[in-house]
Parts: sequence; structure tokens; C-alpha cells
Amino acid sequence: MTEFSFWDILRNLLLAARWTVVLSLVSFIGGGIVGAALLFLRIGGRHWLRLLSRGYIQLFQGTPLLMQLFLAFFGLGLFGVDVPAWLAACVALVLWTAAFLAEIWRGCVESIAKGQWEASASLGMGYLQQMRYVILPQALKVAVPPTVGFSVQVVKGTALTSIIGFVELSKAGSIVTNATFQPFTVYGLVALIYFALCWPLSKSSQLLERKLNVAHRNH
Amino acid sequence: MSLIAITEVKKRFGDNEVLKGISIDVAPGEVVAIIGKSGSGKSTLLRCINGLETIDEGSIVVAGAQFLPDEVHLKALRLKVGMIFQQFNLFPHLTAGGNVMLSQMVVKKTPKKAAEAVARKMLDRVGLAHKFDALPDELSGGQQQRVAIARALAMQPIALLCDEITSALDPELVAEVLAVVKELAAEGMTLVMVTHEMRFARDVCSRVVFMHQGRVHEIGAPEDVFANPRTPELRQFLGVQ
Repeated sequence: MTEFSFWDILRNLLLAARWTVVLSLVSFIGGGIVGAALLFLRIGGRHWLRLLSRGYIQLFQGTPLLMQLFLAFFGLGLFGVDVPAWLAACVALVLWTAAFLAEIWRGCVESIAKGQWEASASLGMGYLQQMRYVILPQALKVAVPPTVGFSVQVVKGTALTSIIGFVELSKAGSIVTNATFQPFTVYGLVALIYFALCWPLSKSSQLLERKLNVAHRNH
Repeated sequence: MSLIAITEVKKRFGDNEVLKGISIDVAPGEVVAIIGKSGSGKSTLLRCINGLETIDEGSIVVAGAQFLPDEVHLKALRLKVGMIFQQFNLFPHLTAGGNVMLSQMVVKKTPKKAAEAVARKMLDRVGLAHKFDALPDELSGGQQQRVAIARALAMQPIALLCDEITSALDPELVAEVLAVVKELAAEGMTLVMVTHEMRFARDVCSRVVFMHQGRVHEIGAPEDVFANPRTPELRQFLGVQ
């Protein structure tokens, strides 16, 4: 039987962690783009577009990410589409992230005082001008800390994709455990790597919150 | 000819009729004070003139621009009347100068240089030329309100609506804002202001409108309205017997 050194284990986990990082980035960026589109439909679109966007958000927030992964992976297979695990993982995570980001950002836009809308309207600005020059610059500042904070959830959410067979950090953890029979060491390291990814994000969210002085911006 | 013609305006919020048929004509250069208890509909009336509230019946015409609730008509209306708010509503992410420049550049497409020149002139007019680069956070309430006035003036409106513009200010800051308004009045700007500053209304305004329960209860020159209130409601409001 082959012996595995500590370094072997760590090296393999770190190699797999790259995929966790890539998947997180794809989900976050893709989710951000789709989320921004949802946000605009949600707050500015026609009535039925608003309903559609709200329905989407409620659907994706109200079902487990795991079910969304299963549906993306097996569901499309039913229609004869062969979906590779990486694609299903990306699609499900992008859609899931988008729903949450859209809702977080909506809160940020709505946190801008009504007087800002009225003042800009009274100066003759149209809706898009108000959004672009008055509301969004302020809302973006409010949005930074919770958005960075939510990225932690995205990183941890990628762990679920191991179940549909995408080899990222968690999946690599179980593969390495099966080969080495050292679950405590392996999963301990997996947890530490996740922590090393997430902790700087949480911390920067906190720092940004203090730096942007969001709580006191109107005083 | 009247500059602002308000004719039989009615406004409901659900079942609550807040304006029950208001008719007021404001001539160019007139300074009109609207007084009355809270809930009398005076702020709502002012917001209707600027199109921040829609009206249910009647008509509002400002220098030929009819109030219609679509974006083109609203914009035409708002280019003619500026509005100053109780809470200043400066854009907190822009400097004082930026606040005054923004709508010129965005709405009127004025080049930046020209907009900046106008902004400096307007800030100078309200006595704040030296605060061009200050953020709203760094200004006192009175200074913020003066920047708000400069911001409205930069759009070259033909009338200004003032919605309780000194009510959110500390007492010692009220005077500096009223001084600016008084100067505007002296220069011939048409002003419609909702106010609780009775002395100011008496000294500066050409006409006073007393509103009560959604109606114009009394209207007239300040000497008459304040010295000889005809109705018990106005007497009570003014605290005279």
C-alpha cells in the first residue's frame, strides 16, 4: 500500500482548491451581472417584469442550493442534454448568487432617502439620470460591505457542487480521504483552506464597512 | 397675466381628500406665503406645483406649461420652477459645487466649464463661494440649505417653491437662510413658500394664503391677514382673540 505524506495530502487539496477559487469567481462575477439585470427589472421595469424578477428571486432563495444543482445537473439530462458537472455547477451557482445579490442591492437602492429622488426630480432629471448620477453612486457605497460579505457564502456554497461530482476542494477532500484513510487530517486541512479563503473576505467586509462609514453617512 | 395658475385643484390620498378645490393665481415677482396647521394640505399643494404629487382634478399651469403626469411635461414644468426642501436633500456624494453643477450638466447638457462658472456665481450669491469644494457633511444646516438654494437657482427657474425651508434648522441658522430668500424676493424672483416664520411672511411676502382642511380659508395682503383675521380658524392659528 502506498504511503501518503502530509505534503502529498496538502498539495492535492491545494490543487483542488484552485477550482473552488475559480468556481467562486465565476459565480460571483456571473451572479453579479445577472443580479444587476434582475435588480433593474425589480425596481424599474414594467409591472410584469417586476413580478417576474421577484418570482425568480423568491424561487431561488426559497429552495436549497443543492436542489438547484441537482436540477441543473440531472434535470437537463432528462431532455437529452448532457451537462458536464462543471457547467451545471457554474450555472446553478451563478443563478443562485444572482438572486441573493439582486435582493441585497435592492435593499441598498431603497435605503437611499426619498428626498434624493425628489430633489433630483425637481431639478428636471429623468429616471435613468437620477439612477446614474444620484442614486447608484450612493447605493454602491452602501452595497460594498454586504456584497463582499456575501461572497463568503458563495465560496462555501461551492462545496455543494462536490455532490454532483465536480472536483473542487470538498470533493478532493473525500477522494483523498478514501485513499489515505486519514479523515481527520484531510477534512481538518479542507476546513482550514476554506477558512483561509473566507476569513480575509469577512474581515475586509468589516473594514470596508468602517472605512465607508456607511452607518453614519448622513450625519 | 399670472405666472402660476392653480385652478380648482383636488387631490386625494385614498379616501382622504387633502386638497378640496384650490384656486390661487401667482403673478410674476410675487412672494406668496402659505400658512396653516400641519395637515392642512399646504405642503401637498406645493408638491403638486412641482409635479412631485399628481393631482386628481383641476389644472396647474406654470408660464404656459401645463401640469401633465408624463416625463416630457414634468420636465418642462420642473425646468420652470425650482424647489427647496425642508431637509435640504443635497447629494451627499458630491461637493457643494458638484451639487450645483450636476443638473446643469445632466439636464441642460451645459459643458462642465460653463456649469462650473454658473455654480461659482450661484454659490457666491448665497454667500458660500468659499465652500465650493466642501462636502454637504462638512457644512452647517444653514449652509446646506443655502447650497440647495444655489442648486435650484443654477437651473434659472422663473419661480421657486420653498417647502418649510427653515423648519429643520437650529434657531440661530434660520436668519442666514431667510436673508438669502429676502434678497431673492428683492431681486424680483417669484416665490411660493410654505412657512411657519410669521414675521418673515409679514415682512417680505406680498400675499398670505391661510389654508385650513384642504381649502384656502383666507387670502390677502399680510397687513390684512395678520391684523384682521376674519375667521375663527385663522384667529386661533395666529393665537389672537
